[in-house]
Amino acid sequence: MNEKKTGTAEDIVLSVSGLSKHFRVGKRTITALADVSFQVKRGIVTGLIGPDGAGKTTLMRLACGLLLPDSGSVTVLGLDATRQPLAVQQSIGYMPQRFGLYEDLTVQENLDLYADLHNVPMKERPDRYDRLLHMTGLAPFTGRLAGRLSGGMKQKLGIACALVSPPPLLILDEPTVGVDPVSRRELWDIVYSQVKERGMSVLLATAYLDEAERCREVVLLHEGRFLGQDTPQAFSSRLVNRTFTIHPRGSGNRRQLLRQLRDHRETVDAIILGDALRLVTRTSMTPEEAAGIFAIDPAQWQLEASRPRFEDSFIDKLEREKEKEGGGGSGLRAIKAGAVQAKGDGPAILVRDLRRDFGDFCAVKNLSFTVQRGEIFGLLGANGAGKTTTFRMLCGLLPATSGTLQVAGHNLRVARAPARARIGYMAQKFSLYSDLTVRQNLVFFSSAYGLSGKRQKERIRWALESFELTELQNNESGELPLGYKQRLALAAALMHEPEILFLDEPTSGIDPLARREFWGHINALAAAGVTVMVTTHFMEEASYCDNLVIMARGQVLAAGSPSELTARFSTPDNPEPSMEDTFIHLIETFEQQEAATGKTTGGRP
Amino acid sequence: MNPMRLRGLINKESRQIIRDPSSIGIAFFLPVLLLLIFGYGVSLDARNVPLALVVEKNSPQAMSLVSGFSRSDYFLPIPMRTIQEAEQAMMRRQVDGIIWLRHDFAREMLTGGKAPIGVIVNGVDANKARLIEGYVTGVWFNWLQRMKKAMGQELKIPVTVEHRVWFNAAVSSRDYLVPGLIAIIMTLIGAMLTSMVVAREWERGTMEALMVTPVSMKEVIASKIVPYFVLGMGGMLLSVLMAVFLFQVPLRGSMLPLILSSSLFMLTAINMGLFISVAAKSQFVAGQIAIVITFLPAFILSGFVFDIRTMPVVIQWLTHLVAARYFVDILQTLFLAGDIWPLFLINSAWLCLMALVFLVIIRKKSRKLLE
Repeated sequence: MNEKKTGTAEDIVLSVSGLSKHFRVGKRTITALADVSFQVKRGIVTGLIGPDGAGKTTLMRLACGLLLPDSGSVTVLGLDATRQPLAVQQSIGYMPQRFGLYEDLTVQENLDLYADLHNVPMKERPDRYDRLLHMTGLAPFTGRLAGRLSGGMKQKLGIACALVSPPPLLILDEPTVGVDPVSRRELWDIVYSQVKERGMSVLLATAYLDEAERCREVVLLHEGRFLGQDTPQAFSSRLVNRTFTIHPRGSGNRRQLLRQLRDHRETVDAIILGDALRLVTRTSMTPEEAAGIFAIDPAQWQLEASRPRFEDSFIDKLEREKEKEGGGGSGLRAIKAGAVQAKGDGPAILVRDLRRDFGDFCAVKNLSFTVQRGEIFGLLGANGAGKTTTFRMLCGLLPATSGTLQVAGHNLRVARAPARARIGYMAQKFSLYSDLTVRQNLVFFSSAYGLSGKRQKERIRWALESFELTELQNNESGELPLGYKQRLALAAALMHEPEILFLDEPTSGIDPLARREFWGHINALAAAGVTVMVTTHFMEEASYCDNLVIMARGQVLAAGSPSELTARFSTPDNPEPSMEDTFIHLIETFEQQEAATGKTTGGRP
Repeated sequence: MNPMRLRGLINKESRQIIRDPSSIGIAFFLPVLLLLIFGYGVSLDARNVPLALVVEKNSPQAMSLVSGFSRSDYFLPIPMRTIQEAEQAMMRRQVDGIIWLRHDFAREMLTGGKAPIGVIVNGVDANKARLIEGYVTGVWFNWLQRMKKAMGQELKIPVTVEHRVWFNAAVSSRDYLVPGLIAIIMTLIGAMLTSMVVAREWERGTMEALMVTPVSMKEVIASKIVPYFVLGMGGMLLSVLMAVFLFQVPLRGSMLPLILSSSLFMLTAINMGLFISVAAKSQFVAGQIAIVITFLPAFILSGFVFDIRTMPVVIQWLTHLVAARYFVDILQTLFLAGDIWPLFLINSAWLCLMALVFLVIIRKKSRKLLE
């Protein structure tokens, strides 16, 4: 961090100093950025890392001259973005969050438009297009409408448009959101090729912490404040001797151990990773000391030191920030869920040869899996893999075309209503009434599930207390921070004490602390006997599950526990592949097979 | 303005128009639909008005009056026995008026020359009621005249009114409505379409990407005006052709003022659309605002249906803010009366002023900023 002041003006492409920006929403003022200062160096990829609401987009828009700062300044390539926005816009490439493509224009027409707007001379164009199309793999699709491209291809076209007049500085706002891991990896290749070939400087915003490690430098933002800037390695190295992995030896209950670790004041972070647990401690210690401090039974568990990851340091930073503000680290306390009596035997969910067609498009085919009671079961897949369709069928919202579907012992094809009474569902966008208060939402959802009188009162009290919403009960739910909204949505789905809980992408967009807390609740529920079925596109979250299936194009590519799945792709080069490596490997193999059998012609649509 | 950027933007806009069925729909389908509805469906004339004829006692005199109503194009008489029956038919809206000839009609007429006839008109629709009243009086006078002549007497009616209607001799409301309707359609195409396409760019996030290019707001505005002007003039041409060839509305004026004033009005309407889009960043809001601040005033306050001179003075003043008012005036004159240059110039000057005012506001308000 001390080296950042030493760069000369030549080496700095973007300089932010004392930058503040507020927005008014109704009567409230939201601070998007508060006195942020940092510099971005030439010729490297700098990551702007932070959860939703950190101020990443605001900062980028200020740098592009699209917003005016309340105070402070942004200098881009030596130009003041506030006073000379046109000059800045002439020299940078920018891709906004939704790629900025015209969906009713073809790939070629989008490129032509941006080339015209950037005044790229006609004779330079064929060569430029050639290279961009080749690099992005879009060459076979120049005549296709942008709206008909897959998410990954749209994102690549977006980048190509931003690069059409090779800018010295490329600004990418969350280019990898909603894009499958394969496309994410390809995007990083494109970015790095530009840095290498042209010495381009890149500022890239992302909420995925695992992407931070791909950046040369990262700038951490949280709730509009600057938390630090350094190389990802330097961030992680502060946690040396503070990160541990606990492998099972006997048949110890890892959820119980997780609880035990989380309640300890030396713990910064504790999560389940497949069969094992991962622990981040407040101070550095040897594995032997750690085993002693956390009272880990050596007969059941084996604790060993592990390599710190960027995410650990981010959590650590956030925790410390919280402490500085005086807010206790209460975020990790899990709810007290009453034990659920298993009604009937057999698996919680049984799916055999499930199929769903939409017209002549087959969204889900030959789907079979079993979810045991009290299990956390994950459904992993890129957009369009059929996750949501499967989910809707399981919740009885969409009839299956054929196959067997049993939820909580009820055949969903004949007995939807009794099955529905036993399940809770939390949708992606939380489906809360934003103009009702927290309490009113709980009252509404509990009555919707048929609760009334004393029992309703009890459940509302339980929800307010266990999710620490009592103080906020009269606030409008639309004004809650994202993490609290999520708590409320979870509470609403649990009002009728369901046996099975369905969570559709529950953690997208919320900060890692809130995500940890959320998984704490989920683990507590599972420990109490609730079956949890979850979809996610966060690959590391997949490792929190007991079992999972990986889907692509409506089919199951692989099923098993996280450690079984990753073990399958262990190679001498990569003895411990991550979930993402596994996922990418599976998808690539699948696509090669598809291509070989001639089912598709060239690339994903 | 940079020619390459402008050309790029106009190309883009034109391609979007061609590929977007809703723009084509608003520009060509909507005029056809509205013209058909108003041309065939809505008429301010009263023709074939169902009328209950209560003849309590048959007599030659009564029969001749009844035949007077039967021969009239305006009425469709339905004979009834009693007034109660007729009143019920009126309640059920089966008839719009009642002619009541009492049992002593013939006797009274022959003896005292004072033949009472009862006329009851449904006054719910005041306009129609007045029309019916007038037509009934007409038939009545005709019949009186015939009767007196037959009886060898001169008719003693103090004043006979001789009607002569200018410009629209047949008093066909269609000839009067269709030209005004064209102005309304142009308002819709210009204001609604443009405000919505700009809002669409905001909604889809393309405006943000566009702004971080060297493009200037002047170029963006120009690139919206040019293609939608062409599209709107296409709709205009279609409407005029339909008016002249399908509805047989006479076009007495010449082409030059028609083209000039349409261009001017099209420009004003598009500028109003762009003006709306400065404030509205979602298609839904833009559409709503366009309807409330352009379409409805154009419909009600332009003189298209409701005569401005009969409005309260304050409202009359308000109509000066409605661009369609000037164009309706120009079109009605051009179609029904011909080239009346002083009228044309005054109205065109107003349109010019409005187009300019909107353009200035747009230029001032549209900055390359997201807030």
